[in-house]
Amino acid sequence: MTKPLIQYPQVQRALWPLLVLWVLLIVWEAGFRQFAVPVYLAPKPSDIALTLYSQHSALFTSLLVTLKVTLLAFLLAVAIGTLVAFLCVQSRVIESCLMPWAILFQVTPVVAIAPLVIIWIHNTTLALVVCAMLVAVFPILTNTTLGLRSVSPGLLNLFHINQASRWQVLMRLRVPNAMPYFFSGLRISCGLALIGAVVAEFVAGTGGTGAGLAWQILQAGFQLNLPLMFAALFLITCTGLALWALMSLLTRWCLRGWHDSELA
Amino acid sequence: MHHILPFEPPGTTQSSEEPRFLMARGVEKTWPNGTVALARLNLNIGRGELVSLLGPSGCGKSTLLKMFAGLEQPSAGMLRWNGQPSLAQQCQMAMVFQEATLMPWATVEENVRLPLTLRGVGKKESTPQVMQALLAVGLENFLHVRPRELSGGMQMRVALARALVTEPDLLLMDEPFGALDEFTRHKLDADIRALWGRRNLTVLFVTHSIYEAVWLSSRVIVMGARPGRVIADIEIDGPSIRDASFRTSPAFIRQVAQLSDLLEQASGGVHD
Repeated sequence: MTKPLIQYPQVQRALWPLLVLWVLLIVWEAGFRQFAVPVYLAPKPSDIALTLYSQHSALFTSLLVTLKVTLLAFLLAVAIGTLVAFLCVQSRVIESCLMPWAILFQVTPVVAIAPLVIIWIHNTTLALVVCAMLVAVFPILTNTTLGLRSVSPGLLNLFHINQASRWQVLMRLRVPNAMPYFFSGLRISCGLALIGAVVAEFVAGTGGTGAGLAWQILQAGFQLNLPLMFAALFLITCTGLALWALMSLLTRWCLRGWHDSELA
Repeated sequence: MHHILPFEPPGTTQSSEEPRFLMARGVEKTWPNGTVALARLNLNIGRGELVSLLGPSGCGKSTLLKMFAGLEQPSAGMLRWNGQPSLAQQCQMAMVFQEATLMPWATVEENVRLPLTLRGVGKKESTPQVMQALLAVGLENFLHVRPRELSGGMQMRVALARALVTEPDLLLMDEPFGALDEFTRHKLDADIRALWGRRNLTVLFVTHSIYEAVWLSSRVIVMGARPGRVIADIEIDGPSIRDASFRTSPAFIRQVAQLSDLLEQASGGVHD
């Protein structure tokens, strides 16, 4: 009676990209073997897999370092972004005081600010977190501000007719209305936090026990150890994908049932 | 039975009667860009009346309604609610808008409960009132449904239940059924009349449909545009309990024709 797994559209949707991936890997492996491409120019998938296995403890430690910076920066960006957004919607004066600074940080490339931050903040992890946060905070700030502002005028009238207080308008109208915008900000921001963390690590160039994945890539580059480079790259990509998937799940869970974006 | 007062403020001839529930005296509204939305408007509405404001778009009928809701202030003139200059203490007012204006994130029950929640009534005490309001509009089986799962007509019923939940004396309706199909509109019009009959409600109903105004109201105030003003004030001659047969009765057709002529004269060759 049960349908074969393959007939579910969800399974099929996941199946096609995986199939493409397998074909690519096989062509890559076979082609590189056939033409004997030297490993210092470009590694085969099997070389990368072997490196992932043999260096797993070093890579895993680096992954944890990068992940820690990314998550801390992301959480900090969420906290600061929403707080400033709440302040901004309280009055236009507050907004015009704060927004230009947010835009200033947004338009200045993090690579250019990172050396300064690293000089000023002695604690390396904190310096990296601050750099990554500067990249990640903007989408949350602008999206949440937009969401808190773009309330239906009809609903606002309804609240006024019922003598709602400012606090009631904020908590019962503006905050629920801002949720889809906020989540869309989160999805952009989690990727940016990872980018910020990796870029800041590159600039900081910190080695030793606190070395992140960017440091592994730098080191591998100096030594022309391309399999290690690819392995680190692979882990960074996986981290980004995992963060994205997590945020998508969270969005779906929170908005299901009412928002157009989360209905099939 | 009915009388017409062209360009003559109604109320001046009947000032000796009991204090009116809603009153507008010399009310004017000029928008910041200089457009005159309302020019020296006078209006009296008694308690328990079901009055339609009928007119073309731009005649200021919605603006007038918003003033009685406290959402707009007149540029000149005065408004009275039960003889008093402010709305808040004098009557329990509810408003239904052109669209259902529901919170998409909240269920039907939560949407209907909102006015009570905003007044600080707890969930426990408000539940009987919420259920009663939902029963009144026939939505008692849709408590936990979200607005987007409902049809346009049902969404409007939720909005109506939300308006009724505070047991208002005054119900202001701003072209509430304009976006609905005719069949649904007829049903909701019938609901409004039934609710009005059952409760001691005063209803002020803005519409641009002559048929709706005649079928629904005890009195129709015809308004003209540029500037917004009262053209005529007509008592509707009809049975107190109305059904579909009233729509085809000679009295109905005669009054529709009469209002239609009045609106035609008022537009007086102005085409837009």
